[in-house]
Amino acid sequence: MQLDSKIPSGPLADKWDKRKGDMKLVSPTNKRKYRIIVVGTGLAGASAAATLGELGYNVEAYCFQDSPRRAHSIAAQGGINAAKNYQGDGDSIHRLFLDTVKGGDFRSREANVYRLAQISGSIIDQAVAQGVPLAREYSGLLANRSFGGAQVSRTFYARGQTGQQLLLGAYSALSRQIGLGTVKMHARTEMLDLVIVNGKARGIITRDLVTGKIERCIADAVVLATGGYGNVFFLSTNATGCNVTATFRAYKKGAGFANPCFTQIHPTCIPVSGDYQSKLTLMSESLRNDGRVWVPKQKADTRSPSQIPEEERDYFLERKYPSYGNLAPRDIASRSAKEVCDEGNGVGETGLGVYLDFASAIARLGKDKISERYGNLFDMYEKITNENPYKVPMRIYPAVHYTMGGLWVDYDLQSNIPGLFVLGEANFSDHGANRLGASALMQGLADGYFVIPYTIANYLAASKPEKIGADAKEFVEAENAVQNQIKNFLSIKGKRSPSSFHQQLGKLMWEHCGMARSKEGLTGLLSKIPEIREEFYKNLCISGADSEFNQQLEKAGRVADFLEFAELMVLDALERDESCGGHFRVEHQTPDGEALRNDKDFTHVAVWEYQGSKKPLRHKEQLVFENVELATRSYK
Amino acid sequence: MKLNLKVWRQKNAADTGHFESIEADGINPHMSFLEMLDLVNERLVTSNKEPIAFDHDCREGICGTCSLTINGVAHGPEAATTTCLLHMRHFKDGDEILIEPWRAKAFPVIKDLVTDRSSFDRIIQAGGFISVSCGGTQDANTIPVSKTESDLAMDAAACIGCGACVAACKNASAMLFVSAKVAHLSRLPQGKMEKSRRVLSMVRQMEAEGFGGCTNTLECEAVCPKSISVSNIALLNREYMKAALFAE
Repeated sequence: MQLDSKIPSGPLADKWDKRKGDMKLVSPTNKRKYRIIVVGTGLAGASAAATLGELGYNVEAYCFQDSPRRAHSIAAQGGINAAKNYQGDGDSIHRLFLDTVKGGDFRSREANVYRLAQISGSIIDQAVAQGVPLAREYSGLLANRSFGGAQVSRTFYARGQTGQQLLLGAYSALSRQIGLGTVKMHARTEMLDLVIVNGKARGIITRDLVTGKIERCIADAVVLATGGYGNVFFLSTNATGCNVTATFRAYKKGAGFANPCFTQIHPTCIPVSGDYQSKLTLMSESLRNDGRVWVPKQKADTRSPSQIPEEERDYFLERKYPSYGNLAPRDIASRSAKEVCDEGNGVGETGLGVYLDFASAIARLGKDKISERYGNLFDMYEKITNENPYKVPMRIYPAVHYTMGGLWVDYDLQSNIPGLFVLGEANFSDHGANRLGASALMQGLADGYFVIPYTIANYLAASKPEKIGADAKEFVEAENAVQNQIKNFLSIKGKRSPSSFHQQLGKLMWEHCGMARSKEGLTGLLSKIPEIREEFYKNLCISGADSEFNQQLEKAGRVADFLEFAELMVLDALERDESCGGHFRVEHQTPDGEALRNDKDFTHVAVWEYQGSKKPLRHKEQLVFENVELATRSYK
Repeated sequence: MKLNLKVWRQKNAADTGHFESIEADGINPHMSFLEMLDLVNERLVTSNKEPIAFDHDCREGICGTCSLTINGVAHGPEAATTTCLLHMRHFKDGDEILIEPWRAKAFPVIKDLVTDRSSFDRIIQAGGFISVSCGGTQDANTIPVSKTESDLAMDAAACIGCGACVAACKNASAMLFVSAKVAHLSRLPQGKMEKSRRVLSMVRQMEAEGFGGCTNTLECEAVCPKSISVSNIALLNREYMKAALFAE
């Protein structure tokens, strides 16, 4: 596998300009001759499809949801970072870059992160021009809030619905192009395979989720913006439909999968309450601006929180990380919460919970101010738990939220397969081993609005894809494989639903490949996962047919991929014999329980190459840090 | 809890459909309504029966995918709540619960409780945007926007496009949905430039899709999970009137 990151030479700050200057262009009259497939319509996909449409390409956009507006980016709550320095608090492109590299525990690519910071300001400009109602001060100028892992206030927001508003902005731009005819939208359509002809990505196989029709779609380039794989854990903050299918099937066609073990566990989610639970709900990190995290000092304390006097409370984040306090980065805050719960100080029925308390903020700012900032989050919390967070502290616990790993891409966001581009959470490039809050929205939109339009033109102009027809043997073979898999699922006629396998896998993954991972636990998983998979193919039960709307069948395909992908993830976690960011190997920790990196052996991206039934090959892309010093990450 | 569900079953768009009685036993009051349906489906699947098709995704009340008319009320009995955030604690043991899809000509049923809401997308495609292409925009702080107007725009922009307003309306009118987008964009300086064009195109598309007219019964506001105000409809009417008289 060739892994050329194609990072431009020269000073960090000039790399992107240099790259853009060197790129080939496609003339306006030639753009309409190219067809580009964009899979996924979240922030990355919708912004890419809209922008490519605006430029004049023929775009075919796909999403499995019933409307592009429903992609899971919509659920992002807290905000989007941008180095605007509107607050005059010392922010700069360089500082956003530094925070992001450090936040990622030095496992991301310097050049990509710097470009992200450079572009961040333009995203805000673009969003405001589209009518995204970002929060404002009485002056009429834009407001900011603080987020974890930063000591400046650089997060732009729209109440607790920033993802929704930014996605609706991208969706409106996409809708405009659909109306104009440059983008053809295929909603309720799922990508089931990638097709490679002469070594280049030339199309996909899709299933219409309403009619069951399988189709071959040809293009000159394929863009995947299909999000992350957090649902491998079954319970996560992801939407129930989120899945790994598109990226995993691309991996099986030869695309490298980078750092699959890098998973983000978000510290502030509503704790699990029962076996019936179908998903976990995030409470935005922005709440940590005003909420204080604590547990009772006394173990197994059953008193109600209001009965526990101040001196008997352990504000553990403020105690352990005085300079960042409650705004410690996500991986660190999550691990600290797990630690105090493991020690027996957790709260709630299960003991797996900590308090997030707004009493002092309400006393300081008044209930109205708090309600203005977080009203919708407080309401949602109350609906789910039946407790009023204005009166009783919230109970929170970490949950799987985001995946930093993804398909390997070069500086141009192109995978190792020419013509296959990967954007947003689906790629691996910008967040290293831990993503900072409010950076996912930034990356998705940077990739879609401001990177792919340049780099895809360069690819098309340089490679001039040859003409092919839908009867090319690669398309026929890929379609047959998809048809056979579906027939196989329907023919098993066993006794268990796809969900039951998903749940079984998820529990195991959370236990042994979640917040704390050990050699022993991971090795155990490597023998257990194939057993579940085996039973899946013997005992799966799906009613109905393939030529109709069939949600069980959709789910079966996704679970089948999770069952294979999980093994890759565990393998990666096992071979990354160090702790970094969200990847915490219990064997590697400092005396006070912090992650202990091994820079000598692991300052690289692990890129996995599929080998059929054999063990996948692990390749390395060495990470070179020329502008930051690899330091122990300290938030103390 | 033990519940008697009366669920709308419809094989596809061509089928006439019927209610089916399904018993739901062993329901935990802390479950969400959709988790209750998950459990019912799990039992149907393992007894070789066809599970109930229903739309859902984020399960935190923001994506707008879930629907369901529950005991005649879109999104069920709790105010300002989507079905996915409705919990079984709001029902009693032994309750009979009637579960139907959104009913509107412009939302044809795909299967059981799943409907096709692409008519909403086509209304947005007709004009629910600001015609700005990517790049070349000025600094975001160049045009100040009064906090009041911006907050009102945000109130309207909070619409999740679920379609409850249409399902609740006896005329199956989409006025609340359309007015929310018109209000959001026309309140902002960036959106004023094309406000006449926008309102005319969106209303034209709304009518072409087969949505009914608005007779101010305000059912839409009552069921809206995001509490979008009917005052947006007044704004829409005003904008439409001005545009129809002076713009074309």
